[in-house]
Amino acid sequence: MTPLSPDEWEALSLSLRVALLSVAASLPFALGLAWLLSRTRFPGRFLVEALLFLPLTLPPVVTGYALLVVFGTQGWAGAWLAEHGIVFAFRWTGAVLAAAVMGFPLLVLSIRVAFDNVDRRLEQAAETLGAGAWRRFATVVVPLASRGIIAGCVLAFARAFGEFGATISFVSNIPGETRTLPIAIYELMTTPGGEPGVQRLTLVSLAVAFAATLVAAVLGGAAWGRRRHD
Amino acid sequence: MIELAVRHAYRDLAIDIAFSSSSRALALFGDSGAGKTSVLHAIAGLVRPDAGRIVLDDRVLFDRAAGIDVKATRRDVGYVFQDGRLFPHLDVTANLLYGARRAQRGEPFRRLVDLLDLGPLLDRRPDTLSGGERQRVAIGRALLRAPRILLLDEPLTGLHREARSQVLEHLRRLKKELPVATLLVSHHADEVTALADEIVLLRAGGVAGHVDVAAFAAMQHVSTPTYLV
Repeated sequence: MTPLSPDEWEALSLSLRVALLSVAASLPFALGLAWLLSRTRFPGRFLVEALLFLPLTLPPVVTGYALLVVFGTQGWAGAWLAEHGIVFAFRWTGAVLAAAVMGFPLLVLSIRVAFDNVDRRLEQAAETLGAGAWRRFATVVVPLASRGIIAGCVLAFARAFGEFGATISFVSNIPGETRTLPIAIYELMTTPGGEPGVQRLTLVSLAVAFAATLVAAVLGGAAWGRRRHD
Repeated sequence: MIELAVRHAYRDLAIDIAFSSSSRALALFGDSGAGKTSVLHAIAGLVRPDAGRIVLDDRVLFDRAAGIDVKATRRDVGYVFQDGRLFPHLDVTANLLYGARRAQRGEPFRRLVDLLDLGPLLDRRPDTLSGGERQRVAIGRALLRAPRILLLDEPLTGLHREARSQVLEHLRRLKKELPVATLLVSHHADEVTALADEIVLLRAGGVAGHVDVAAFAAMQHVSTPTYLV
């Protein structure tokens, strides 16, 4: 099998960049929302949970269209952002936004389970030792949930790396700008003679996705059901 | 000096407890369900009573009627939980220093490490410690907060005979060496006799008596804890 062509390398590196940045950008929001869902009771909580899982249940194309409606240059938020020089539609930054939205439910869910598994009595002990809410969060909750947080990041990364439907609807297929690996595969599939390229990129996708899910499974073991009974 | 009057209804227990004491070594004695731990939680600010007032050394920590409820983080109360509750991801030194005030980090830290014989344990993780060692670290951690009062919630329960004896001996040493006031909760008469000067007897969520240690020992037919003999 021949090595990747420059276009294929470009698609791979763009996908890696988009996936990494989407996780990095959504992580603070995911930590905050997971903490709220794990530790507080508030009105409308079920509505928030339902909205959170919407990207998992909606057809990705619909999510992409919704992003276009909201963040397109004529969209509700997009028009205002464009005035301030921030444009998502048909830019690689839009691919990051689409990937972040699609990976967000997985990220929040993993972190929430990890937070749920942190013994609250330890937080109570920290409270009596003078630690305020932020310090308890940073020094007790996050370290004890770190495996679940990392596992969630890896899963969200894998989801973002494979993102196709929302991305192509929102930012289209622009070589070097928004043509991520899955979009490049789709294009090669519809191009005569593209079969070898499809096979190469499929193998790359398989390797990245398998590595990510393997890491998530190993790290998430403690958070997802294999709790130590001590 | 502590003045306490609290009323609180839990799902399965209602407490209506009032006492005041200037003893440096006070104990709450009673069976489980008497409301002992609930009182400690109220003093530490971990529960907000339905009604009442808690004053510690002239500082009002809680007064429902006046709308005063000092945050748990600012009550200057040291709490030793029955199960230790050491932070499993931190070594013993980091556990000890978690709540330590700056002034406690030098000589007071070293002195406490000596008093509690924690020197050989400083680099160890909680999951490598015995029950008695964990409880000694928990006591040290609470004391390094330089609290106005040290709340001891059944600190010897769950320990085997030898560990109980060791921790009890360390607590007696602390009582002698450090000026901090303690409030012990226990349902073991021998522990109470060994560590307290004054005892509030609790029964079914209320106060059943308030006695000094001699009267308590006579009531309980206890002289010296058997495992110290």
